[in-house]
Amino acid sequence: MAKVPVQFTLNGSEKAEFVEGGTTLLHALRDKIGDTSPKGGCHQGTCGACSVIIDGELRLSCLTLAETCGGADIRTTSGLAEAGVLHPLQRAFLDAFATQCGFCTPGMIMAAKVLLDHTPNPSREDVVEALSGNICRCTGYEPIIQAVLTAARANSQNAA
Amino acid sequence: MELRKSYFADQRKDGLHEIGQPRPRLDSPGHVTGKTAYFADRNFPGMLHLKMVRSPHHHARIRSIDTSEAEKHPGVVKILTAKDVPHNVYTILILIQVGPEDETVLADGKVRWKGEAVVAVLAETERAAQEAAAKVKVDYEVLPAVFDMEEALKPGAPLVNEYHGQNYYLYDSGECRKVRFGDVEAGFAEADHILEQSYQSSPIEHAPTETTGCVVMPEGNDRFTCYTNTQAMFFTLDNTSIILQMPGSKLHFVGGTVGGGFGGKVDVIVEPIAILGAKLTGRPVSFIYSREEEMQISSPRAAEKVVIKDGVMNDGRIVARQVTGYTDAGAYSRHSPYGAQKGAAHYPGPYTIPNVWIDTYCVYTNRTPSSAMRGFGVTIGDFALEVQMDKLARLIGMDPLEFRFINAYRDGDTKAHRQPTEGAALIECMQEASRAANWPVAEKYMAMSSYKKGA
Repeated sequence: MAKVPVQFTLNGSEKAEFVEGGTTLLHALRDKIGDTSPKGGCHQGTCGACSVIIDGELRLSCLTLAETCGGADIRTTSGLAEAGVLHPLQRAFLDAFATQCGFCTPGMIMAAKVLLDHTPNPSREDVVEALSGNICRCTGYEPIIQAVLTAARANSQNAA
Repeated sequence: MELRKSYFADQRKDGLHEIGQPRPRLDSPGHVTGKTAYFADRNFPGMLHLKMVRSPHHHARIRSIDTSEAEKHPGVVKILTAKDVPHNVYTILILIQVGPEDETVLADGKVRWKGEAVVAVLAETERAAQEAAAKVKVDYEVLPAVFDMEEALKPGAPLVNEYHGQNYYLYDSGECRKVRFGDVEAGFAEADHILEQSYQSSPIEHAPTETTGCVVMPEGNDRFTCYTNTQAMFFTLDNTSIILQMPGSKLHFVGGTVGGGFGGKVDVIVEPIAILGAKLTGRPVSFIYSREEEMQISSPRAAEKVVIKDGVMNDGRIVARQVTGYTDAGAYSRHSPYGAQKGAAHYPGPYTIPNVWIDTYCVYTNRTPSSAMRGFGVTIGDFALEVQMDKLARLIGMDPLEFRFINAYRDGDTKAHRQPTEGAALIECMQEASRAANWPVAEKYMAMSSYKKGA
């Protein structure tokens, strides 16, 4: 099958790959580039475990074709910590016991990151809405919601 | 978090360092940074992908299997059928002498549930494996199927599993697990009221976000490393050793990181066939359930039926309880004989009842084989028992919580399976629940204790 060249930035680093036409971004990231932080839970756009940020917007990498990402700025949870220092969202997920099996966590953090980027002081309803596309089977969601609200407060205190 | 210190003050040490304190999970730093390695995060050059050809019928004889077209499909490397599996008929609990072996790794001559694995296709890509699997031709003679446990137990019902010879698991106690305590008929004769009710549940899928699977790497020394999300590492290792007739020293299992299990990953299903594929091709093999397979093929919690007959006095004492439980194992045993047995031990619930009669059946039907799920063997029973308790309280016009205080088991009571009760805390839990839920009960119940005074 014919291969297509694709070039984008992943967490600030230039990446170039040849992918078969029809390859999903999830497959390209995990199996070609080696960033396994986005997870494949359903491969049909319903669980949110594969969530990544493309040009500032939340996207499901299992439904995004790699060949459509030329020139894009792609962010994943594996690139969130800076110089080993956890992002406030990561810190809050740790402190609030918001992970159990951890499989949904990278996608949850991506969804929460986009929310806080657009809405620095979200209401509880904002958080629930922003996470509504991400399925967690362990926690019952409450610790995750609390973690996002805690991270938002930490962010606004740092900004003040 | 509040620790109420008034309960069991004589048994408890103060100055606890861990209980009541928030502690971060040890694996959380890996989760929040995306560094935790799940089995599917292992990717090896030259890895093959395994896809199953599955039965479209609930019950059928296999007349023939034709893989010739599938073998010609581009990218196909190996196709496996029953004859390729060294020890094809197995059962998980044989490790603890619970037999007979009753399940095939790949169907041999017959399929007993819709979705049963028949042929395994290994190919260069997932897509090639999927396309080739669709080209395997299996000629079936469809047989009558049975989906209802009580129908399955009737004479003349279609026989689901020949390895058992009847549609129930034969325990050493006979057709069911039995508990006999006191004289249940005398208890019913003495009772002011008798209430018999039937409770039923559907199968329940665990739906973990990470689907079942494994990745196998053949090592140079005829050893195989299997990265798996099994919840039952040593059951899987030992059963794989039996199925592949391979010493355990040749098998290196790497696990412990499970993307949600809830009991749904305790069966031994994906690893043996993936390791066999790696052995016969000499290449790494990935076998990962699709979401559809996870929902349709992986074993759910069993459907259950629970029939409870109680004799109760106007003063609130339950004097007799008869329970008949049915656990729908589906077509194969897996862990269900144990689940049904656990149900027998769990009834009659956390209550002291002088006359008890329990029968629990593990029944075979042409449904998806069921297995463990959180609270294996007792969750549905608890639902049935507690709904029954509410109905009994209503029947005699008593508060449902006070009714439970009257019947609660306490230290020193002998339970129906003849184990003396030790360390009971039901009374104290209900006292605390009464406070927390603002559901007051009479002062004499708030003064009760799980310790029996003078006992």
